[in-house]
Amino acid sequence: MPEREQIQKTPQKRREEESAETSAPSSQGEKIKGELDELLDEIDSVLETNAEEFVKSYIQKGGE
Amino acid sequence: MSVPKVCGIETEYGVSRRGGGDDNPVVASSLLINAYVEDKRVGWDFEDETPARDARGFTRDASNPPDVETHLVNTVLTNGARYYVDHAHPEYSTPECTDALSLLRADKAGERIIAKSMELARLAQGAVGEIVTYKNNSDGKGNSYGCHENYLMDRNCAFGEIVKNLLPWFVTRQIFTGAGKVGSEHAREGIEFQMSARSDFFEEEVGLETTIRRPIVNTRDEPHAMSSQYRRLHVIVGDANLCELSTFLKVGTTAIVLAMIEDNAIENDLSIYEPVRALREVSRDLTCGSLLELRNGRSASPLDLQWEFFKSAQRYAARTGLEDCGGEIVGAEVLRRWEEVLSALEVDPLSLDGRLDWVTKYCLLEQFRERDGVTWDNPKLALIDLQYHDVRPERSLYERLVRAGKIERILTEEEIEQAVSQPPHDTRAYFRGECLRRWPQSIVAANWDSIVFDVGSGSLQRVPMMDPLKGTRHLVEALLNSCETPIELIEKLGTPH
Repeated sequence: MPEREQIQKTPQKRREEESAETSAPSSQGEKIKGELDELLDEIDSVLETNAEEFVKSYIQKGGE
Repeated sequence: MSVPKVCGIETEYGVSRRGGGDDNPVVASSLLINAYVEDKRVGWDFEDETPARDARGFTRDASNPPDVETHLVNTVLTNGARYYVDHAHPEYSTPECTDALSLLRADKAGERIIAKSMELARLAQGAVGEIVTYKNNSDGKGNSYGCHENYLMDRNCAFGEIVKNLLPWFVTRQIFTGAGKVGSEHAREGIEFQMSARSDFFEEEVGLETTIRRPIVNTRDEPHAMSSQYRRLHVIVGDANLCELSTFLKVGTTAIVLAMIEDNAIENDLSIYEPVRALREVSRDLTCGSLLELRNGRSASPLDLQWEFFKSAQRYAARTGLEDCGGEIVGAEVLRRWEEVLSALEVDPLSLDGRLDWVTKYCLLEQFRERDGVTWDNPKLALIDLQYHDVRPERSLYERLVRAGKIERILTEEEIEQAVSQPPHDTRAYFRGECLRRWPQSIVAANWDSIVFDVGSGSLQRVPMMDPLKGTRHLVEALLNSCETPIELIEKLGTPH
């Protein structure tokens, strides 16, 4: 068998192409960006502290 | 001939204890369930459970038995669900439903029940040692726990046909059922993100196992119904979903595909070459467009194969109708949304942000990556992946997105709240749930196909419910209303079993 392609395909490119064609008016764009920033800040405030330690300590054994 | 697709979902929730206390997951799971059921406990009845029976026609001998459920905390709820400790997880099994909408309600009700359990356990235990649960499928360290679907099927349908058609179905439906996962279970591989949280855990095409060498098509044959007439297809390959559209489509489309298999209505053999490997490849192809090799020599993308299934389904609906797949109204809604999602995936998968779990999670992660300038191996992204599934409303990132109006809803909160306490009206879950609501003190045990009453004198009375489509509101509401006591009910039902 030939070696399988290892590079992961992501849908990113298509979105970039499209958004270049239909870019929103800048004031609306800023508003959306402001809302998004607010949401990301809000999520930051509820994320568990010390991500690395938290993720490492989440272990589930046994199931199904 | 197709039979009504009575269906259900059983979800094992990830559980951990934070900030002290006994961190044994069995203890934590038991505390949660006990906190929820307190004094209204009705036990589970294990008679008739045969998890070692195989759909291929044999029963496994005792020398190598599959894991049998631990008989620890086990209870039945007035919505007809089973809520129990399975191995090391709290597990919620929905009541039997006949359509995707009703099952979605029952599944979402499970999330509310688990959230309420955590709240009650916190009140009982104090803040120390808070028990936290996640509706996901993996700890990211090679350990997985399941979200299993169950569908009623015609016993006469050849199992080989089921396997042949379901392999390409399960390999490709991930494109809308995946819950999304950062990385893979095999750290060496170095991928960024994949669609399905479960696909890395599958190693066989067909088999009876659920915890090791997991098969894409599971052969457990334990119908919990008249076994001469029915089998129960046990599906272990799916992800636990939070997006309502993902769950709705997962069960709605699978029910139609199963009815088509029973009616021999899948028009082409879509068998994929090496389906186990294909399952992983599809999970890693976020474009949904890379080609897979088919056994007939053709090649096709996951989307191509989904369109083939869809077009067969459309013609099947026109020819045969969808009465057995949850009725014409819900069936038509499944077809409409299925087509809409496939079209959107074809144009731009990311346009399904807020509608499908894997896309929603991917977009959220991309926004953080962009803002914080971090790479995919940053632990913060793994935390976001985990906390997307946190069941506590104040910590769940999915819930944050809902509150921000970013998630498409199919249900209202009132509908979900109703499903927390009320059973579906059109299966035997109605009889089970209503008896529990009316006479909790007189029921000593219940399971999928019977209820055991203690009416105070003489022996216990078992009421069998072998037909999942009997015991509906239409059939038994007047009877239940005419009985003041369970003794009257037993008398009216006739000679005790």
